[in-house]
Amino acid sequence: MSAVSEAVTSSAMRTREATVRRFAFTDMVFRAATRASAILVLVLLGGVAISLVAGSWEALSKFGFSFLTSEAWNPVTENFGALAPIYGTVVTSAIAIIIAVPIGIGIAVFLTELCPRPLRRPIGIAVELLAGIPSIIYGIWGLFVFAPFLQTTIQPFIINIFHGIPGLSSLFAGPPYGIGLLTSSLILAIMVLPFITSITKDVFDTVPAVLKESAYGIGCTTWEVTRRVVIPYTRVGIMGGVMLGLGRALGETMAVTFVIGNAHRISASLFAPGTTISATIANEFTEADGSIYTSSLVALGLILFIITFIILALARYMLLRIDSRTGA
Amino acid sequence: MRHFIRSAAVAIAMATASTLTLSAAWAADISGAGATFPYPIYAKWADAYKKETGIGLNYQSIGSGGGIKQIKAKTVTFGASDAPLTGDDLKSSGLAQFPMVMGGIVPVVNLEGIKPGELVLDGPTLADIFLGKITNWNDKAIKKLNPKIKLPDQAIAVVHRSDGSGTTFNFSYYLADVNADWKSKVGVDKALEWPVGIGAKGNEGVANNVSQTGGAIGYVEYAYAKQNKLTYADMVNKDGKKVEPTAKAFSAAAANADWSSQPGYGVILANQAGAASWPMTSATWILVYQKPDDAAATAEALKFFAWSYAKGDKMAAELDYVPMPDKVVKSVEEMWGKDIVDKDGKPIYSGM
Repeated sequence: MSAVSEAVTSSAMRTREATVRRFAFTDMVFRAATRASAILVLVLLGGVAISLVAGSWEALSKFGFSFLTSEAWNPVTENFGALAPIYGTVVTSAIAIIIAVPIGIGIAVFLTELCPRPLRRPIGIAVELLAGIPSIIYGIWGLFVFAPFLQTTIQPFIINIFHGIPGLSSLFAGPPYGIGLLTSSLILAIMVLPFITSITKDVFDTVPAVLKESAYGIGCTTWEVTRRVVIPYTRVGIMGGVMLGLGRALGETMAVTFVIGNAHRISASLFAPGTTISATIANEFTEADGSIYTSSLVALGLILFIITFIILALARYMLLRIDSRTGA
Repeated sequence: MRHFIRSAAVAIAMATASTLTLSAAWAADISGAGATFPYPIYAKWADAYKKETGIGLNYQSIGSGGGIKQIKAKTVTFGASDAPLTGDDLKSSGLAQFPMVMGGIVPVVNLEGIKPGELVLDGPTLADIFLGKITNWNDKAIKKLNPKIKLPDQAIAVVHRSDGSGTTFNFSYYLADVNADWKSKVGVDKALEWPVGIGAKGNEGVANNVSQTGGAIGYVEYAYAKQNKLTYADMVNKDGKKVEPTAKAFSAAAANADWSSQPGYGVILANQAGAASWPMTSATWILVYQKPDDAAATAEALKFFAWSYAKGDKMAAELDYVPMPDKVVKSVEEMWGKDIVDKDGKPIYSGM
């Protein structure tokens, strides 16, 4: 009897052991697979960084630090500097974010807090559809529809209004070309809007109803609830959406190439043509002969890589500071 | 059943045979890469040539710079460039160069009330506009050239190419030839440090930007100005005569050129003498190896070029290109017979 039960137990033990071993094995495979995927990302990123540095080495060693501070971009004398594209990239992205963030958050607040139910889905889908439009369409629309409109109506109007006011008059100086830094900023703002809106909307939905209801219960207005409850509760998510939008704005190529004017100059006026890093690379890489020219373009790519990295790092740092201040 | 087997066997045999002939046709395709400017005419010639001979052309219009890189890397049978290689460069790389077809570059403007050909410009004035020295359409220099038409008080919006281009090379070559300031400050290349203006990608980009922007001036290949119905300007040429941009004026410039003066026929047709010459005429060149590794492929390519020289003139004219003068064609074909040889030193090209 006991022998039988022992045999039964030991066979059960064996089955159990085999099952556990099988589980351990599948778990190990799973862990290895996920780890490999994570490492793959690092390897890819490292590979991109290394090839960018290797490709740009010739230009960086020839021009040194002045590559970052020089506005020159002269293929004839092979003298290259990155300041104008860096300026264009940073300025257009910054203006785009300044325009898109309040509008994006506004749409998200309206959709989650105020919108009548039947309108909620159509507006939400319309905003998300904006994200699905290819960037070349934005570029063509910008050049053929938006730029002539700006050139004939908005720009002359603004130039006249600010004429003679110090500072503003040079910020909005003519002649009105229609295309330029401001036009591409506006196009970029439209392009990053859906990213900011849909992420903000999603994180607003995660705010516990009890928090909002309590706030309303003690007599808060909608503005106060949004300002004091919803936004503080979701700031990490909002920041994430803004960073995603900023990342897209910094790297956007096709639409910007169409409407920025592609001129290697830094002008005080926002109506003047300029260029961005990605637009310069897209325009000039195919026909760049001479190794120093190609190398300078690769160096521009490296700079864009570093700018994106710095901005992501800054965003993380800002979030950390907010978190430590509020003790969350 | 037996019937079925037999017909299946026949079908298989036929399929195999057709695959074989197809792959043979593919193997014989001529491969080339380079300039975008002559791409439409190369494509048209290739289409007609394929109908006649069954041999196709695989031409990637990746730009002159790309074409030179590819032929030097020997990935294609021929390269095509709008800017000629220098004699030294040809010698060191072992390449032979010859002009294939010509075209004209025209200044295009967007001025209200001014029709094509009404505005007249000369080289120095054009250079001053692109230098940013002349900024308004009612400037004295433009007025002097156009006493009859009423020029508006409007800012000039300069439009140039943002991508590297053989068109820019030929345009800047002309401006440097007629304006010392341009030569010292800007220079000649496929991409430049432009003192003023907005950049647009490709001939079509410049054409679009000029037609979108009031008071704009740009430069495009003649075909683009014609197809987009842009307002072109007439030019004053080297002989001081006013000329209209027409195929006749482009050929006049080519006829007056001394093609043998440069190695590899690398004559840039800017600012040629002659009362009827258009000052901004440009040729586009083909590059092949003088001692190619694959002599058969180069022989096929030369046959195609010889056919295009002989039978392609009408097609070229339809697309607003200018065929090479017969005198030049004869000299090029003599050069082929002399310089382009296989491993044993025997000429590859033996006439059509």
